[in-house]
Amino acid sequence: MTSQNRRDLIKQSGIWVFIVVELAFFSIVGNYLSVSDQAFMDFDNMLLLLKQSAPIGIIALGMTIIMINGNIDLSVGATFALAAIVLLDSMTWPFMQNLGNWAIPLAWGFALMTGVVLGAINGLIVWKTGVDAFIVTLGSMLGFRGLVFMYNGEQPTSHLNWTLVDFAEAQFLGLHTATWFLLGTALVLWLVTTRTNHGRNAYAVGNNRDAAVNAGIRVGPHIMWNFMLIGFLAALSAVVFYSESGSVNPNDGMLYELWAITAVVLGGTKLAGGYGSIIGTLGGVIAIQLLRKGLGHIGADTQTVNLVIGLILIAVLVMDRQLNRQGKEELKI
Amino acid sequence: MTIMTKQHVVTFVAKQGILIAFVLFMVGFAIANQRFIAMDNILGVVRSSAIIGVMALGVTFVVIGGNLDLSVGSMMSFSTIVVLDLHDKVGPAMAIPIMFALTLLLGAFIGFLVGYLKLNSLIVTLGMLSAIHGLTLTWSGGQNMDIADKSGTWFSFFGQDRLLGIPVPILVFGLLAVVLSLLLSKTAFGRQVYAVGGNGQAATFSGIPRARIVFLTYLVSSFCVATAGLLQASRSLGSQNTVGQGLELTVLAAVILGGASLLGGSGTVFKTVIGVLILGFIQNGLLLVGLDFYVQYMVTWAIIILAVWLDVAAKRGRLWSPIA
Repeated sequence: MTSQNRRDLIKQSGIWVFIVVELAFFSIVGNYLSVSDQAFMDFDNMLLLLKQSAPIGIIALGMTIIMINGNIDLSVGATFALAAIVLLDSMTWPFMQNLGNWAIPLAWGFALMTGVVLGAINGLIVWKTGVDAFIVTLGSMLGFRGLVFMYNGEQPTSHLNWTLVDFAEAQFLGLHTATWFLLGTALVLWLVTTRTNHGRNAYAVGNNRDAAVNAGIRVGPHIMWNFMLIGFLAALSAVVFYSESGSVNPNDGMLYELWAITAVVLGGTKLAGGYGSIIGTLGGVIAIQLLRKGLGHIGADTQTVNLVIGLILIAVLVMDRQLNRQGKEELKI
Repeated sequence: MTIMTKQHVVTFVAKQGILIAFVLFMVGFAIANQRFIAMDNILGVVRSSAIIGVMALGVTFVVIGGNLDLSVGSMMSFSTIVVLDLHDKVGPAMAIPIMFALTLLLGAFIGFLVGYLKLNSLIVTLGMLSAIHGLTLTWSGGQNMDIADKSGTWFSFFGQDRLLGIPVPILVFGLLAVVLSLLLSKTAFGRQVYAVGGNGQAATFSGIPRARIVFLTYLVSSFCVATAGLLQASRSLGSQNTVGQGLELTVLAAVILGGASLLGGSGTVFKTVIGVLILGFIQNGLLLVGLDFYVQYMVTWAIIILAVWLDVAAKRGRLWSPIA
């Protein structure tokens, strides 16, 4: 095993080691400090944890491929909220009333379409104007949020469909519906990034955009496809979450972009592009949710969670730099 | 007189675009509604933009230095909560310097991470956004912070009083803008900030202490944040823990609108002030002509992208991106 391979292994397995440490820590400390009698490693508790990590998780998985591209998407929270509104509102449209339960897949379709269209707008602007994705999506974060408020002012949009709620609360083979969506998304994106041309191109574009252009990759459309993908996933996340809750506030989804980026970075993906993995992001998502639940379990206040996650993010960055710097030093020899 | 080619026009519009847009907006709104250019309305807009503005001045330094600061909103909440809490415990005269010291300490920590450890500023300040929010909640115990005796304190001077007929927040914003503008354009430090942001490696080779300069830009930023926190606390004399939440992106939008490049090395304090005023007057103007508040979001979206697009287009000499 070369030292390069060893370093890659450390980097990729780091997040899973961290998850194991978290589990052990909260299990042991929880025995002394827990406010409830329930054990932290309780099976149902873990199932719930997976379910709760689905909304941010699905978005973070999409954010991974955007960041591998060397781009970023700050508008996912607003896309999430708008898709949720379309999902719930479309079920009350007159022509949908006569369709019975067929209204549900149609409403899902409308919501997912919304996400894809919003993503396409971002992608098209990034492609055609050449403005940095950070600025484009910073702008559309405001613009899409404006659309959210235009829809229903500051009122919440609510519609409860019991068939939909039953579906969202169902458990298949023990896992909740939301968990299946999270795992399904992870599987599909893992296959896309590791087994397809599109995935290889994503790394190539992120690594060196000019070289990718010269290699004959159509970088513009490629970037646009990825923005449509993350728009779709932000909408999918909304579909999964709001099928159960049935009510959306116009401020929902705010700061989701920051949580998603945090999960992706914890999972080892580079902001500069060209490096990252879907499995790592899945680890990052679970690690954050574990931290939230674990700190709650040992009786820490919610404020501590913010503090700890922020500091861990910085610590990861310091460690990552350490690992990378060693790499460069060894290369010189 | 030389003939203006299409290229010249593009360059001219791009360079002065932000000023042209500002003037057009003002004229348009003034025609649509006379009240828009009434003195008290103008003062009202500038006054309510002052807090965003003061923060934007500091972020301008960070952005010119080639970095980002996403933690200013969360840091402003911290300053506001701390100064309000200390006001009743140690009195306003002590509370203000202690709050400034603590906020500068946070800025120094970020500056150390980004400057000396050379960590990615986006992630560091993202982490600090979360961490400082946690710190604020720990300080306040999650409760709203209020001054006990709201009428009997001179602390309200900064946010509520007028001096020579002008609201104090405007004076603070103006004074800080002039001082920081001089610092950026007339001192060696200012030139070094541009050098570090424009080409960090070249700056290092020319003997500029890159790490220290980046560190100092974050100190300037946190000083501005502390000032904004003071204005906010003094204006409301009570505050939630989330008072600054989300402001980091509005502030960044104002800085970008002013023409500072996210890649670093360009931008001025004056242009940032224009960017801040544009955001403030758009908000006010759209409300005065009777449009709903969400229109402001969409107009801001269009303006940010158009402003940066024009800038990019002028630099590459063509409107559309050459990417296939």
